[in-house]
Amino acid sequence: MKPHPRTGRIVRLSETARPRVHFHLDGSPCEALAGDTVLTAILSCADNLRQSEFGPERRAGFCLMGACQDCWVWQADGGRLRACSTLVTDGMRLLTEAPGGWPL
Amino acid sequence: MTSVAEKVVIVGAGPAGIRAAEMLVSAGIKPVIIDEGIRAGGQIYRRPPDGFIRSPRELYGTEAEKAVALHTLFDRMVADEQVEYYPQSSVLACANRTLHALTPSGRREFGYNRLILATGATDRLAPVSGWQSPGVYSLGATQIALKAQGVALGRKIVLAGSGPLLTLVATQLLKAGAEIAAVLDTSSMATQMTGLPGMLARPGLVLRGLLMRAKLGRLYHAGVRSLGIYADEQGPVRIRWRNAWGAERVTDCDMVGIGWHLRAETQLAGLAGCQFDYDADWAQWLPRTDRMGRAAEGVYLAGEGLRILGADGAEVAGRLAAHACLYDMRLPVPDSSADLRRMARYERFARGMARAFPWPAEMVRKTSDDTVVCRCEGITAGQLRDGVDYGGAEANRVKSLARVGMGRCQGRYCQLAGAELIADRAGISVCEAGRLREQAPVRPAPIGAWVRDA
Ligand code: FES
Repeated sequence: MKPHPRTGRIVRLSETARPRVHFHLDGSPCEALAGDTVLTAILSCADNLRQSEFGPERRAGFCLMGACQDCWVWQADGGRLRACSTLVTDGMRLLTEAPGGWPL
Repeated sequence: MTSVAEKVVIVGAGPAGIRAAEMLVSAGIKPVIIDEGIRAGGQIYRRPPDGFIRSPRELYGTEAEKAVALHTLFDRMVADEQVEYYPQSSVLACANRTLHALTPSGRREFGYNRLILATGATDRLAPVSGWQSPGVYSLGATQIALKAQGVALGRKIVLAGSGPLLTLVATQLLKAGAEIAAVLDTSSMATQMTGLPGMLARPGLVLRGLLMRAKLGRLYHAGVRSLGIYADEQGPVRIRWRNAWGAERVTDCDMVGIGWHLRAETQLAGLAGCQFDYDADWAQWLPRTDRMGRAAEGVYLAGEGLRILGADGAEVAGRLAAHACLYDMRLPVPDSSADLRRMARYERFARGMARAFPWPAEMVRKTSDDTVVCRCEGITAGQLRDGVDYGGAEANRVKSLARVGMGRCQGRYCQLAGAELIADRAGISVCEAGRLREQAPVRPAPIGAWVRDA
């Protein structure tokens, strides 16, 4: 498994005094802020959210308003969530790829 | 009078939905409000989650008072139990006067006698080579990230497209301290001037727009053509473009925000039985209603899902739709002639704006064969053109052959470009290429939600 780079795609411009939230991304511990969406949380420590099923490229969301469905990520228990419209919570175990054995 | 027992459901808690609810409540009705947002407010007046501290002035600028008024009104109606509010809930389908929705606690059905759809708009997108790369976002997304999360989606940003959001997002990002490398407007100065007479219906807004534009200085370029995004695995590295004089330019960046004004969100309206007409100014199909927003028996439309008139227009449209609803229930209604006059003025302005910052039809027609048109499934302009050659020039037929419009966004971001490409290939008008029929569910429904309930 490729380690995630330390700094992700997003730049925090304000509102940085919020309490910290800890979650796992593909097994590695990551940190976000309370009130971050799962999309913000993941992209604060990675460049993208998932692999496209239909092309070679990776995906990082597109509309941020629940319309394009480009931001679905996996949870370790096999559930999926729409990263742009779900808030991150302490202890979430998120995966950028389907957990082993799950059909796409 | 039995009509108060009628069930009224409002979909969407943005400016239109909130004002519609207010008028129903004041007539003694307790509407159900279903909204996808974590908090009510819609997109333009979107509120950050709890725990964020920027002031309304920082979040909404000159519109802060209007935003606060709507938020306060809505919160009060919820606290006083004057409305039945379902946040974070998506309506997936609508049939036989029943809405099928997905709420945080699972699937739920909402029967209604009257339905007010205030579903808003999404960015109107045109395909740009490389736009499937991670780190290319819609302009709306760029603004949501800033407003609702306090973040920029990249370190070196290029914004491209046309429409009021382009300048607005650029100035908001600059003010918040983000680095912008270029703002590329596909509308030329000459085209922008053609919209001016209509736009002068709201001179204050024109002035505000010009002041914002001035703040962008040399970052802003009008009449830009031939956009192409170059990306590596991580995302965009540069964007290539031609300026108004045809000279090629290359701008380094790691994030690109694109959008060409807005596209009415009409999926539920279609399922609820509304008719549509192609509107040449807004270059899209818009639902047919009377001037109050009556669309079909017991179905009313308001806000940007009906006409792209901005947040002020949405507030008025919300009141008008509720007015029509009350009238049809034979309940007393206030005089609405002032609102109708306001609507007429907003529409003059908005049509001027639509002409000044038009859909880039020429650019779309020149889309290269290898450019992705459907981001969902990676279908290219070449595949779509093949679909037209084999199957004929009709949007729904091309969809079943080439799958453009079949992906999980359900054609929201490719349908207009698809129609443009079909029309170009077949030598017909966009209007003749036709409109994709809506299909439920209008949002992907996780199968688990049904299995659990079964
Ligand atoms: S980014 Fe479009 S649905 Fe989440």
